[in-house]
Amino acid sequence: MNKFWGFVIKEFYHIFRDKRTMLVLFGMPVVMMLLFGFVVTNEIKDARIAILDMSNDNTTREITNKILSSGYFQLQERLSSDKEIDGVFKKGNVKEVIVFDRNFEKDLYRKGISNVQLITDASDANQAKMIAEYTSGIIRNYGLTLNQEQNLPFKINTEYKMFYNPELKGVYMFVPGIMAMILMLVSALMTSISIVREKEMGTMEVLLVSPLRPIQIVLGKVMPYVFLSFINAVVIILVSLYVFKLPIQGSIVLLLAECFLFIVLALSIGILISTVTANQQVAMLFSMVALMLPTMLLSGFIYPVENMPLILQGLCQLMPPKWFIEIVKGIMLKGGGLEKVWDETLVLLGMTILLLTLSASKFKKRLE
Amino acid sequence: MQAIVAVNISKHFGETQALKDISFEVNSNELFGFIGPDGAGKTTLFRIIASLLLSESGSVSVMGLNPASEYKVLRTKLGYMPGRFSLYPDLTVEENLKFYATIFGTTISENYELIKDIYSHIEPFKKRPAGKLSGGMKQKLALSCALIHKPELLILDEPTTGVDAVSRKEFWQMLKRLQGQGITVLVSTPYMDEAALCDRVALIQKGSILSIDTPQNIIDAYGKPLFGLRAGNMYNLLLKLKEYENCSSAHLFGQYIHSSFKGKFSREELFSYLNSNRINDAEIIEVTPGIEDCFMQLMEHNEPVSI
Repeated sequence: MNKFWGFVIKEFYHIFRDKRTMLVLFGMPVVMMLLFGFVVTNEIKDARIAILDMSNDNTTREITNKILSSGYFQLQERLSSDKEIDGVFKKGNVKEVIVFDRNFEKDLYRKGISNVQLITDASDANQAKMIAEYTSGIIRNYGLTLNQEQNLPFKINTEYKMFYNPELKGVYMFVPGIMAMILMLVSALMTSISIVREKEMGTMEVLLVSPLRPIQIVLGKVMPYVFLSFINAVVIILVSLYVFKLPIQGSIVLLLAECFLFIVLALSIGILISTVTANQQVAMLFSMVALMLPTMLLSGFIYPVENMPLILQGLCQLMPPKWFIEIVKGIMLKGGGLEKVWDETLVLLGMTILLLTLSASKFKKRLE
Repeated sequence: MQAIVAVNISKHFGETQALKDISFEVNSNELFGFIGPDGAGKTTLFRIIASLLLSESGSVSVMGLNPASEYKVLRTKLGYMPGRFSLYPDLTVEENLKFYATIFGTTISENYELIKDIYSHIEPFKKRPAGKLSGGMKQKLALSCALIHKPELLILDEPTTGVDAVSRKEFWQMLKRLQGQGITVLVSTPYMDEAALCDRVALIQKGSILSIDTPQNIIDAYGKPLFGLRAGNMYNLLLKLKEYENCSSAHLFGQYIHSSFKGKFSREELFSYLNSNRINDAEIIEVTPGIEDCFMQLMEHNEPVSI
């Protein structure tokens, strides 16, 4: 048998015999996907509200019906006096109180204007803002239908159209980010740990004295993870396709090819980490801090890059996941071909070559 | 032809001088031992020979090759067994051996003859993970792995440390047999009694070589009568001996205190000294010095040790 393949097979034995490795490799991606998909969501769904209807006429009832049938809200309580408002918020089981003014319908038809007040619990600022927007949207819509019946001379119609994500689903946002995070974590973390483990156990000493060239040792360690990470990428795509019903607009072959490029990049980071760390704990910590945090925070996965201070924006440009996420969004959501993601691909390619050369030159052929 | 020629090699790590101007030669097909306590510099020296470390000064030639520049060729010719257990505990005995055979470009069956004696002891457990073997069996497996590619030079760093007495004896018999097959064996050990089994030994201490010779010559060079003493209270005897003005060395060896004396030894004088110190039950016998006695003597010659 060829020396190199003998080495690769040994590496597979290590992976398949270690339950923890297997769990991290295959359990984590699926768990993460499901977590982000079902638990960590910033969509409004069944938000509990209370209504104080001081007018209780046809119009207010119609608006209330529209709000409650939208699927975003759920009626928790009907209030009878504005003194109760403070109380329901303090109990904490209501996110919004909708207050209809006295003589709502009368004012609307006589004076042409009528007031509804939206009071939200802004201890969660983002959520409060979204709830208020959703509610006022529904009320505005109702107002427009009224206007249509009476032909007003001047009217500006705003029409929304959400491109690439018409339903504003969170999944569209996080799938590319999760993909970057998992591939980065599995590839870089696992390779750096597995190389450092050989150093720690003293087997590296024997490997170095063998006729295996250092480059063969490194490639042999990395090869299985290329393969397994690729399987991971496929799993993530399948979960997003079938569990979250996220369509892939562009070419799946191109998407997989970009994943492959990103995996190689992450692996070279892993090799680099392994050359500068001496034991598994340090390698793990290093991978977590140096890879996880930037991947989550500085890649546009959670916070949009455009909103950051200039210095951080510059830092973001250096983060490989940022480019990868853009590529994935370009292909999956916008259906772009290679010509659309060409620039980002070139950046990733450049980073990969740089990191590979760097880690190959840092890999020691002796013990010190 | 010399298998290894080392001239004035030095190495230090930070503040610690691991090796100081070490020079020695190992002949082809010799069983050469480095004997010395922990921290003497044996492992560093072996790593330099195995091309895993570079010496700071001096020159090393291993089988005519320079470990610094010609490490690629050299690494195909030597078998190296580090001091720590360095096999994969999650792979079985057979998988470990097969792995090492593969990366050295050979197969188990090709060189089975060479390792047969050793491997046959552990072959019944070949399906067992290497991490679950006993200490002696681990070392036998490691030796098999270091031998599987038929190296010309075998470097063994403390192969018998942590191994029971019976397995140690077996292990040395195996090394003798390997030498019989034309392999040069370089071995280090902290056990002085194993020195006698080598063709030549180098006594090493704190990065310097104290002496290089055949074990017999080293013992012959002791050059003084050596006595073994014992008494009911051994500790008191040892203290009093060290205070005795004519005593030049006193070390506890098992049941006896090995002691040598300055000038002409007089049994009467010694006993009257001991009696005056209330030691009345002392016994004395003459003993042949061993390597360890020589080591102690050389150590004290090299630097005045105050105990």
